Amino acid sequence: MSKPSDRLMAEDIEYMIQGHQVHRDVYTSRAVYDAEMRHLFANAWVFVGHESQTPKKGDYYTTQIGSQPVIQVRHSDGEIKVLHNRCPHKGTKIAIDREGNTGKFFRCPYHAWSFKTDGCLLAIPLKKGYENTGLDKTENAKGMKAVGAVQNYRGFIFARLSQTGMSFEEFFGESLSSIDNMVDRSPEGRLEVAGPPLRYMHNCNWKMLVENQTDTCHPMVAHESSAGTAVKIWEELGNPEPRPAAMQIIAPFMSPYEFFEGMGIRTWPNGHGHTGVHHSIHSDYSAIAGYFEAMCASYGEERAKAIMDENRHNTIYFPGIMVKGPIQQLRNFIPLGPDKTLVESYIYRLVGAPDELLARTAMYNRMINAPTSIVGHDDLEMYERAQEGLLSDGLEWVNLQRLYPDEEEDFTQEAVENGTTERQMRNQFEAWKTFMTMSMPRRSEQTQEAAE
Amino acid sequence: MSAFSKDEIIDFIYDEARMLDEGRYDAWLALWLPDGHYWMPLDYKQSDPHLVTSLLYEDMFMLKLRVERLNGARTFSQKPKSRCHHVIQRPFVDLLDNEAGLYRTNTSMHYVETRLDDQFLLALTATHDLRRVDGALRIANKRVDLLNSDAAFGNIQLLP
Repeated sequence: MSKPSDRLMAEDIEYMIQGHQVHRDVYTSRAVYDAEMRHLFANAWVFVGHESQTPKKGDYYTTQIGSQPVIQVRHSDGEIKVLHNRCPHKGTKIAIDREGNTGKFFRCPYHAWSFKTDGCLLAIPLKKGYENTGLDKTENAKGMKAVGAVQNYRGFIFARLSQTGMSFEEFFGESLSSIDNMVDRSPEGRLEVAGPPLRYMHNCNWKMLVENQTDTCHPMVAHESSAGTAVKIWEELGNPEPRPAAMQIIAPFMSPYEFFEGMGIRTWPNGHGHTGVHHSIHSDYSAIAGYFEAMCASYGEERAKAIMDENRHNTIYFPGIMVKGPIQQLRNFIPLGPDKTLVESYIYRLVGAPDELLARTAMYNRMINAPTSIVGHDDLEMYERAQEGLLSDGLEWVNLQRLYPDEEEDFTQEAVENGTTERQMRNQFEAWKTFMTMSMPRRSEQTQEAAE
Repeated sequence: MSAFSKDEIIDFIYDEARMLDEGRYDAWLALWLPDGHYWMPLDYKQSDPHLVTSLLYEDMFMLKLRVERLNGARTFSQKPKSRCHHVIQRPFVDLLDNEAGLYRTNTSMHYVETRLDDQFLLALTATHDLRRVDGALRIANKRVDLLNSDAAFGNIQLLP
């Protein structure tokens, strides 16, 4: 264990976040990254997976919460559990494959300790070797440790590592309306994961990806080479209609600044927010036969229209995911180091809707978010250039001042603003500061204790 | 009716790889039939290109966009440009039907892509569906199965 003096204190974290600017260490420092894993990703509610990834009893799927390896598993009572992926004996990871079915219990491949699918210890071979050793008084004898708290929200599994902390409802509040809208788009009110996720490795800090989801001043610049070229080729072909798929999906990135200003950004407390309050780049997709009819049959025409007219673009569920409701996509930004992030992009089927919607969703995923995507290429290029550029000692601060009110902003209230504001990025850093410091020692307190 | 020999089919596959290595994309695009698709599955032995995600499933519009973009003045991820290199094993000719003008090859290859100080290697199998049109061989469809298609990758910017 590192000495307390090696660790960041709450004051250090607070110094790094100054409203209109943040210190570059938040992106580059190993100490900050370690503190994020220990505090932020333990105190916040973090996305784990979707229930349809583990539909049957004994089905499991392995992932990470921050740096913590965990298993999402369907227990014998039908509930989904989230367990630390570590044998309480020697630490061996219990499951290595990305998904599978373990039957009624997990069995460690090293010494055959076995555990029920809620983590409770089931059996140890040659158990008499532990008689009168005191093993039964240890934490290890209880079994595989469960995370602090788990919530299944309309099929999406979230967990809080910490045993105590903010409730799920308070943490997400009104932001859950974006998940609601995505799920409501299914005539049966249910989503199913469609295939494995894209897995895209980024040599940059995870927060750059999260910030970019509501960065509406980059598409027409960074993506000119893909979106601009798409428009050019289409015009050379004589503007054919219906437009090629690439035109529907990629060309809107070239929309002018005024379009993105009018699109609007909404922020919620605790770092959540979304682009596309009034309209979005997803507004003009062509209608798919039979879908509206199926929605009307389930919800009635008025409610069906209200669900489908919602055009939220990217919703950030702080800290680590983005949900794109009209596309039924979820991107998970998994931090692997201060300068390494794995992005997993999942798509979901709207149960009861025509297959064409899922085909469009799959197309969107590969066109925009694959390691082979001409749009993704330019995003990653920007992140990696920023990660390298931040090593420059020329300036220490990163600027977040677009449409900054030049006074202390109140992030405790929901707000809707001009779609090009960087308020949502500032909102994220405010939440970052809150959940980083809530379990962190303060230098002032320690000095006081020493004096007493 | 012109008949193609096994060697001619194999030479076609070698020539295509060389076009990609040398960046002769206009000639490469001209090999394709207009309704062709370049498919790179995401999952091992994936059977469906439509309802699950693939790495690539591109029609001619997307392929044209992809190669035109490479030469754009503001194509930031290609400053400097990537280079690629194919080392191919002699293709198996799994279908040679001169009557119908249909051909299928299966080719193992090692694909290397590089930019700045980074270089990576992909092992893959390419399946080509070829068709005889006006006496010439054309690509009807191409499927590229990466050996590690389910691994996490950084940018793959050129075409295996």
